[in-house]
Parts: sequence; structure tokens; C-alpha cells
Amino acid sequence: MSGFAGFALRRAMGAVITLLAISVIIYVVFYATPGNVAQITCGPRCSPEQVHQVAQQLKLDDPLYLRYWHFLEGIVVGQDYSTGTSVEHCSAPCLGQSYQSDQQVTQIILTKLPVSLSLVVGAMVLWLLMGVGTGVLSAWRRGRISERALTGLTLAGISTPVFVIGLLLMIVICGQLELLPFPEYVSLTDDPEQWAWGLLLPWFTLALSEAAYFARLTRASMLETLAEDHIRTFRAYGVGERSLVGRHALRGALAPIIALNANDFGSAVGGAVLIESLFGLPGIGQELVHAVNVVDLPVVVGMVLVIGFFVVLANAVADVLYAVADRRVVLT
Amino acid sequence: MSEALVAAEAAGAGVEPVPGASGARQFWRRLRTQRAALVAAAVVALLVLVALAAPLLTALEGQDPTTYHPSLVDSARGGVPIGSFGGISGDHWLGVEPQTGRDLFARLAYGARVSLAVALAATTVQVLLGVVVGVAAALGNRWVDQLLSRAADIIVAMPLMIMALALLAIVPSSFPRPVLVALIIGFVAWGTIAKIVRAQTLTLKELDYVAAARLSGWSTWRIARRELLPGLAAPVITYAALMVPANIAIEAALSFLGVGVKPPTPSWGQMLTSANVWYQAAPQYLLLPAGALFVTVLALTVLGDGVRTALDPRAASRLRVGTGSKREAKAAAEKDVQSDVQSKVVQSKVVPSKVVQSKEVQSKEVQS
Repeated sequence: MSGFAGFALRRAMGAVITLLAISVIIYVVFYATPGNVAQITCGPRCSPEQVHQVAQQLKLDDPLYLRYWHFLEGIVVGQDYSTGTSVEHCSAPCLGQSYQSDQQVTQIILTKLPVSLSLVVGAMVLWLLMGVGTGVLSAWRRGRISERALTGLTLAGISTPVFVIGLLLMIVICGQLELLPFPEYVSLTDDPEQWAWGLLLPWFTLALSEAAYFARLTRASMLETLAEDHIRTFRAYGVGERSLVGRHALRGALAPIIALNANDFGSAVGGAVLIESLFGLPGIGQELVHAVNVVDLPVVVGMVLVIGFFVVLANAVADVLYAVADRRVVLT
Repeated sequence: MSEALVAAEAAGAGVEPVPGASGARQFWRRLRTQRAALVAAAVVALLVLVALAAPLLTALEGQDPTTYHPSLVDSARGGVPIGSFGGISGDHWLGVEPQTGRDLFARLAYGARVSLAVALAATTVQVLLGVVVGVAAALGNRWVDQLLSRAADIIVAMPLMIMALALLAIVPSSFPRPVLVALIIGFVAWGTIAKIVRAQTLTLKELDYVAAARLSGWSTWRIARRELLPGLAAPVITYAALMVPANIAIEAALSFLGVGVKPPTPSWGQMLTSANVWYQAAPQYLLLPAGALFVTVLALTVLGDGVRTALDPRAASRLRVGTGSKREAKAAAEKDVQSDVQSKVVQSKVVPSKVVQSKEVQSKEVQS
């Protein structure tokens, strides 16, 4: 077990290093670009005095590594900003200040995070159910017409960009058939029913495109497990085909599915950005696109770090889960 | 497309040197036997033709992709194209864009250019970076290997879309946008191929003919160029073939969000940005770019699958699963023993857990 604990620890360390590396890259790329950083950060409508003030607050006279260190410090212990007249406190985790919207980045992210989490977590439940279900079904019915149909559907799902799926679904389901209202976000704590109702189409859209991958992987993994000796033994003992596929084989096939689920989390987050923009959900993704369009650097940096945090965390958890689920993995 | 899945699928393609992969002829023979891949290849060829001939085709139509035709849209109704079916006529084969009246056929054809060129350029960047880093990591000393492998790990761990989005924020808009998009997609997604190349190079390095070359005093550079690169072709081509459609989807997504290729340069993703507003008045404004994207990504994906099958006979047996006859099972089992030996060689050397995993996933797919 010590080997495993060591592995988990190393994996956690790796995750932290990856996150630090992402932060360094983002920070350096953004704040060491040629051009007037203070002017860009402040926004195009800032007066020279305001730009000067921002330059002082960003401590642009300090060398880059020192500024990066302050940035990290702000994340861990918080930071005080002097706005010229007063001192504002930005408590940990402080990701800086958006001068264009005059808000703290952490605050912006905290208001947007519930939307994105609602979207991704809800969709994840759906895509696991749909993907694994389809994969199991097509492994079970292999060689028959239903399997071919499922494989074709899967390929179509993989080949259609998620925003195209969303566009078509929205037009057909909300516009033409009027089966669902156009998606909107209502806070879960305000009205759970409206929350689910408004997110149904976004969930379904994101889940459809992700489920295609899981269907492919589940099918392959299931076929492999079904060919293993213990399944043959079960079959010889007279275990029914349904229980054989649904219970025994699925158990063996789950490990790579777990791994893909988290490794694919990054691409799902990318999909979530598209879906938020498409359906107008006020989440992190929509805010990031907005910040990119108006070049609000502090917000972009903060968003990338937060999203990177979740993705790296998901990857690390997946690796550990995978090692737990499948003892054949070589722990390194 | 999912990086993870592409990695899993490409990893095994050539980890075992394809026996007698002596050249293009065998590859063509194997590719020819796959009907789906042939159809896909024909579709891709047609798309490339349209992209290359876009200026010719639009000259034939008598239009160009950037000229506004305000007289063809009804400004009183918000810019809906005048005429039936979104303004389809002899002059405008597929109608005109709402609001601007730009010719839709011309924008679609030029959009094919942008999509394909950006995706190919991005793939080239990914392959070049990946091969250089992967080979250098495998042949370099411990420190070089550690450094490069960690870098690849970090690149793989980064959320691709997010990084691309963020990087697009800071480059001044005077920089040619399609080039920028291609470069950025290339630079944020070379990690997986570097890991595949590194693992494959480590395997090749132990083979007798490479050892022989080393013993005869060849330089590392010469060995890399003459002995290793040919062995890397199969996995690299497989991976590249699967990455092209993925890159097309990413470009479309970035342009759809309004941060990728910007007007007046046409791009399919960008055309879809405002399409949902117009779907009733001009449904083709939505359906054409959406259909073009779908067909292109589908054809390239199927072709990529075909290329992999042609380069890796083991994958072929996987794709034709079904009957599960005894002979097939036995043959598969024998292959597994071989691949197990191979993967042990790889595993003992490959440190990053992800590569071991993707090999696991791959061997699972192969076994089935």
C-alpha cells in the first residue's frame, strides 16, 4: 500500500507543478508582452492618469519574477490594493483586479462558477449514462444491425462540432417544435425546477458530443472483457447473458472509462465554453470569451488558472482512481 | 476531438514496428480494401479541390466573398435576403448572406480554404514540434529527457480550447488571423504526439539494426535521421491523420466564438455565429456551413481511421470484430503475447503514467 500512497502523493505533486507551470506560462505570456501593459489592462477608455494609477498598482516597475511572486502571494494569503485614495483588501484567493469592470477577479469567478458547474456536472451524469449505455448495448449486440446503427450514430456524434449540435437542437426543439423553452439559467437555490428545465438542452447538447467518445471506448473495453477467461467461466456456469454483460463484464470494463472521463474533462470544459456562449448562459466560459474580446487581461489570467485547476485536479483524480480500479497499471 | 482518445488510438499504431512496412505500396493496398475509407478519401479530395479552385469557381459564378450587395437584402426587415430561398439565383448559386448580401457560395468555398489550410498548418506545427521534442527526449541524456517529458506532460494537461482562447487575447489584431490561429492550435497541442514519438523511439532504439548503426560509429543525428525517422512514420502519420479533423473543429469553434478567424476572411465556424437568428428567412445560411463542417470532419475522421488500419494490421483485426471465431481469437492472443513483451519494454522505460495508460487503453482496444 505504501507504493500506492507514494504514487498518489507523486501524482498530487505533479498536479501542483503542472498548475504552477500553467500559471507561469500564462503570467509571463500576458504580462511580458510588448506593448503598454497598463494601458491594455486598464482598457481603451482609460485616461492617462488612470493608466498611470494601474501601472503603479500592478507595480510595473518591479521585475517580472517579483510581480509573479506577488501574484502567487495574493492567491495564497490575499493582497491589499491601494487605489490612490483608499486601500482595498482582496482576500485570498486573490486573482487580481479587473480594472475594466472595476471588480475583483475572484468575485467575478465566484458569481459565474455555479452556472458552469451546474452545466458540466449535470452533463457529465448524462454523458456517462448515455455513453456507457450505448457502448454496452453495441458490444452486446455486436454484429447485428442495431450495433451498426449505434456505431454510425457514434461516428456522427464525434464528427459534429458541439456548437453545431446545439444550434440545430435549439432551432428544432425550442424554435420549431416548442418542446422546451429557450435555455436560461435560474439559480438552483432559487428554483430547482426552473434550474433543471432551463439547463436541460445545454446538458443534453454537451452530453451528446461527449457520450460519443464514451460509447466508442466502452464498446472496445467491453468486447475485450467479454473475451476474458473469467467471463467464459461464468458463461459455462450458466450465468445469464444479461447479467454477464450488464454486471460482470461491465465491472472489468470500467477502468479505462474512468480514466477517459477525467482525461476528457478538459475537452468537455472547452465544449462548455461553446455551449455557454451559444445558449447565453452566464458562466465562466461566456465571461472568458467576453474578457478575451475586450482584452481584460486580469480576468483572462484568473479564468485560465481556475479552469486549469479543475482540469488538472480531474486528471490527477482519474489517474489515482484508475490505479485503484485496475491493478495492472504500472505505478510510476 | 478528444485529445485523450486520439492519443489512445494513435499510441498503439506503431509501437510495434509494422512488419514489412516497406513502403507506400503496402499502405495503399491495405487502404484500398476499406470501402468507407475510399469514399471518405474521395470526399476529402473533392473538398481540397474546391478549396484550391475557390477563386476559379467564384470567378465562374461571377462573385467574390467580400463584396457587399446591399440591394439584395431587405433593410426594412432587418436585412433578410430578398427573393425565395434566401436569394438563390443564377448570380448567387446558394443565395446571399443576411444583412451584408455577400455571396454565400463564395464565402463557403473560401471558407473551405481557411478551414483546411488552418487545420493542415496546425497539424504540421504539432507534428514538427512533437517529433523534435519526442526524439530529443528519447535520445538525450536523463536531464534532457526529464525536462522535455515534463514539458510534454504539462502541455497535455492544459485545457486546449481555453489556452487557445486566452492566447488569442493578447496578440495584436494586425497579425494575420488564420496564421495566428494555426500557430496557436499547433503550439498548445503537441504534447501527445511528443509522448508517442518518445515511446516509439525508445522502443526502436533497442532494436538490433539501430544498435548495429551505433556500433559502426554513426552519429546520433545520422541514426535519428536514417534509422529512427522511418520507424516513426507509422504512428506519426496515424496521429496526424486523426488530428486534422480535430483541428478543423477547433478552428471552427474559435471562429464561432468570434476570436478565431475574423471577418472579412470567411470561415465556416464564423458564419455560424449569427446563423441562428436567420434560420427562418435563410435556412441555408445555417445549414450550409454546418453541413460543410459535418461532412469535412466526418470524412477526415473516417479517412484517419482507414489510414490507421492500413498502417497497423493489428488495428484492422480490431475493427472487424464480430464473429469471434476461434481462429481469430487465437491469432489475437498470439499478437497479445508479442505486444505484451513490447509493452513491457516500453513500460519499463516510459515514466509518465499517461503513456502507460494510453498503451493500456490501446492494448485493450487491440485485444478486442
